[in-house]
Amino acid sequence: MEKNDAGVMIVGAGHAGGTAAALLRQFGYAGPITLVGEEPLAPYQRPPLSKAWLKGETDAESLALKPDSFYEEAGVALLKGEHVTAIDRTARRIVLASGATRPYDILILATGARARRLALPGADLDGVLVLRSAADAEALKARLGPGKRLAVIGGGYIGLEAAASARALGAQAVVLEREPRLLARVAGQTLSDFFTAYHRARGVDVRLGVQIEGFVGEGEVRGVRLAGGEIVPCDAALVGVGAIPNSELAEAAGLDCDNGVVVDLEARTSDPAIFAIGDVTRRPLPHYGRVARLESVANALEQARQAASAITGRPAPAPEVTWNWSDQYDLKYQIAGLPFEADAVVTRGDPATGRFALFHMAGEVIQAVEAVNAPAEFMGGRQLIAQRRPVSRARLADPSVSMKEVAA
Amino acid sequence: MAKITYIEHNGAEHTLEVKSGLSVMEGAVKNNVPGIDADCGGACACATCHVYVDDAWLDKTGEKTAMEESMLDFAENVQPNSRLSCQIKVSDALDGLVVRMPESQH
Ligand SMILES: Cc1cc2nc3c(=O)[nH]c(=O)nc-3n(C[C@H](O)[C@H](O)[C@H](O)COP(=O)(O)OP(=O)(O)OC[C@H]3O[C@@H](n4cnc5c(N)ncnc54)[C@H](O)[C@@H]3O)c2cc1C
Ligand code: FES
Repeated sequence: MEKNDAGVMIVGAGHAGGTAAALLRQFGYAGPITLVGEEPLAPYQRPPLSKAWLKGETDAESLALKPDSFYEEAGVALLKGEHVTAIDRTARRIVLASGATRPYDILILATGARARRLALPGADLDGVLVLRSAADAEALKARLGPGKRLAVIGGGYIGLEAAASARALGAQAVVLEREPRLLARVAGQTLSDFFTAYHRARGVDVRLGVQIEGFVGEGEVRGVRLAGGEIVPCDAALVGVGAIPNSELAEAAGLDCDNGVVVDLEARTSDPAIFAIGDVTRRPLPHYGRVARLESVANALEQARQAASAITGRPAPAPEVTWNWSDQYDLKYQIAGLPFEADAVVTRGDPATGRFALFHMAGEVIQAVEAVNAPAEFMGGRQLIAQRRPVSRARLADPSVSMKEVAA
Repeated sequence: MAKITYIEHNGAEHTLEVKSGLSVMEGAVKNNVPGIDADCGGACACATCHVYVDDAWLDKTGEKTAMEESMLDFAENVQPNSRLSCQIKVSDALDGLVVRMPESQH
């Protein structure tokens, strides 16, 4: 175990950074741990911000990864509301916005990603929002309620979850998507069609293939202007068009970056004293023989385990098959794997029943599974992906053959 | 409030007071008890909060939903007393509850 006076410095107190601090203590690391984050809160979970929290089903306390008292008890120095402006690799210290510096023996970058904004006229009006932080979520929630109108720009998961939650709060919702289908970047046609129909049936006005020209209003947003001049009226406009990695610190410090900080399977960067974890990284996916930047809790946790294991001299954890989930209305949507090299999709169950799974196949091997209200298909699929075991497409497509039997 | 004893696979015991309304999973995670990973934070989407409920408590912890049942079906080392701890709500009636953890959640 490496242990020196300055100990481990974690920059970015989000899901990955907070988890790494807790795991280091669980794994017996006894040196100093400092966790610096620019947000005013201790590390918390973001997924509920568009789901259960937005609908009012959970409170702020349950969002927190750990209670505030944890940090003191565990001997983790938590610096909230502190923005880190630079890394001095030669002197092994970080620089805070105030100009103060802090030393490190080992640095973990966990700066995550930020919501992409649109450089369009009116984008700075009040009520033109993004959803990444708890503060963003508060601002959004304050503008929702019975009779309010939410315009969501971008039909990705977060936007769709926000639209579903807005409906649950009694607000109207319109989704404006540039592509001819929802979830175009992440899902296939069957799933796009399914979600489009599901949202429409619950009163969401889903408009596909529309180009946005700007936001209108005086001080406050009152509508979204489309190409052609039509104005879609709204009381809040949520821009959900993807995220950008917060890799500027790493780039300025000369670490290898390529749309994200490049790391290995220990989550180590090109500087052996610096690790990077979470949304900010571009990481190897040993299962697929590729590298990618992932944005998911599972990825943040896996890399936190990798870094904490390497720092405490534990054996590296076995690589996982990446996975993710989304909750919309009464739908539980679960995804495992990535559809690289897939040459066919096997559908199991009937989308019309609201319960089905899509298996992305490379030959007889499952590369990815997308499951809607189908937890057995998700769990069984995830196992089969990890094992790379050939399966019969015919049996997979037949719901009368249980997933247990398919996987047997 | 309920006193809950979490027993790690290696036998290490953690007895904690957990607030009513939280889940059994939250009681462990918020106190940094190792052995319950809870990757999805309680959304019943990951099955990494698997525990074995002491037989004496099985009735009091309530029925499994179909969702939980299917998720558990594919977890490692499932037993008849397996539960997803994020699906068990803590109440006074669970004062004294004992749960054990499997060897691994992944
Ligand atoms: C609304 C929403 C819903 C989501 N739903 C899901 C879901 O259902 N399932 C799923 O798997 N994932 C979901 N995600 C993604 C998931 O939340 C992220 O993958 C996860 O938070 C990544 O963790 P992270 O620690 O890398 O980044 P973050 O949690 O973003 O933490 C990074 C932290 O670093 C801080 N920071 C950045 N730069 C600096 C600096 N220079 N100085 C100091 N602090 C800095 C940031 O302010 C932030 O607090 C969702 C995300 C959002 C926003
Ligand atoms: S925490 Fe994920 S299923 Fe319980």
